[in-house]
Amino acid sequence: MKNQFIAGLKAGLSIAIGYFPIALTFGLLAKTTGLSLMEATAMSIFVYAGAAQYISLNLISFGVDPVTIVINTFIVNIRHFLMTASLNEKMHRAPKWVKAIYSFGITDESFSVLATGKEDKIPTAYAFGVTIIAYGSWVIFTAAGHVVGANLPEFLQVAMSIALYAMFIGLLVPAMKANRKVVMLAALAAAIHCIIYIGELLSTGWAILISTLGSAILIEIIYARRGKNVTALQKEMEES
Amino acid sequence: MGPTYWWMLFGMALVTYIPRMVPLTFLDGKELPPIVSGVLSNIPYAVLGALIFPAIIFVQEGNILFGIIGAATAFLIAFLGGGVMPVVLGTIGVLAIYSFFM
Repeated sequence: MKNQFIAGLKAGLSIAIGYFPIALTFGLLAKTTGLSLMEATAMSIFVYAGAAQYISLNLISFGVDPVTIVINTFIVNIRHFLMTASLNEKMHRAPKWVKAIYSFGITDESFSVLATGKEDKIPTAYAFGVTIIAYGSWVIFTAAGHVVGANLPEFLQVAMSIALYAMFIGLLVPAMKANRKVVMLAALAAAIHCIIYIGELLSTGWAILISTLGSAILIEIIYARRGKNVTALQKEMEES
Repeated sequence: MGPTYWWMLFGMALVTYIPRMVPLTFLDGKELPPIVSGVLSNIPYAVLGALIFPAIIFVQEGNILFGIIGAATAFLIAFLGGGVMPVVLGTIGVLAIYSFFM
C-alpha cells in the first residue's frame, strides 16, 4: 500500500511540474486583482480548479456578482461528472467516505494520469499519491506566486506553459500505439472541439464536455456495430 | 474583499466538489449496461484529444508556431517511447531554447 502511494506520487510529479507555472501566475494575478494572500490561497485550497479560478479572477475584476461567478464555476466544472463516472469503473472498491476524500483531488490532469494507467483496477493508495502531490503543488505555488510573484526567467516561464499539454500527449501516445480505437477516440474529440472552437459555438467547459461525449458515444456505436457485423457474419458462415 | 468573498468561495468549492464526488460515491458498485460502461471507458482517450486540441496550438497568444513546435516535439518524444516525464521535460527544454533565441 505504501509502495502504491509512492508510485502515485511519482506518477503525479509531472502534474506538479505542470501546475507550477500556472499556480504561480494565478497567485500573482490574484494579487493584482486585489485578493489578499489568504483569500487567494484559500481559493486554491478549497476550490482547486485551475480554469474556474482563472475565470473567477477575471469576473471579480469586472465586478460581476458572486452568484454569477458560482454558476459559471459549476458550468466550467460539469465535465468532471463525466470523468469521475468513467474513473469509477476503474477504481478499486473502497468505503464511500474514502472515495469522497480523494474525489476532491480529481482534476483534468489527475483524471488523465489515473484513467490511462495500464492496470485494470487502480489502487486507492495510488490515487491518493497522484492527487496529493498535484494538490500540494497547486496550493503551495499559488501562495508563492502571491508572495514573490512569477520570478522565473521569462523564457522559462513561457516554455513551461506547455507542460500540461506535453503531459497529456505523453499519456495519450502509448495508448494510441497499442490500440486503434484510442486513435479514433482522441482524433474525433479533437476534431469536434476544433470545429466548436472555430465556430465559437460554446465556451471551453461545454466544448470539452460535448466533444468528449460525442466522440466516446459515436466510436462506441461504430465498434458495437462492427462487433455485431462480425458475429452476424460468423453465424452466416456457420449456417452455410 | 469582505464576507461576500468567502460566501462566494464556499459556493465555488461546493459546485466544484459535487461533480467530482457524486459519480465516484453514488455509482460505486452499480452494474451499468454494457454500452454505457463502454462509452465511459472511452472517455479518458476522448477527453485527452479534446484537452490537447485546439488549446495546445494557442498556448502562447499570438504565436501559433510556439504551440506547433511544442506539440510536434511532445508527439515525437512520446512516439519514440519516452515516458511522460521525458516528454514533459524534453518539450519544455526545446521550447526554452526556442523562446530564449526568439
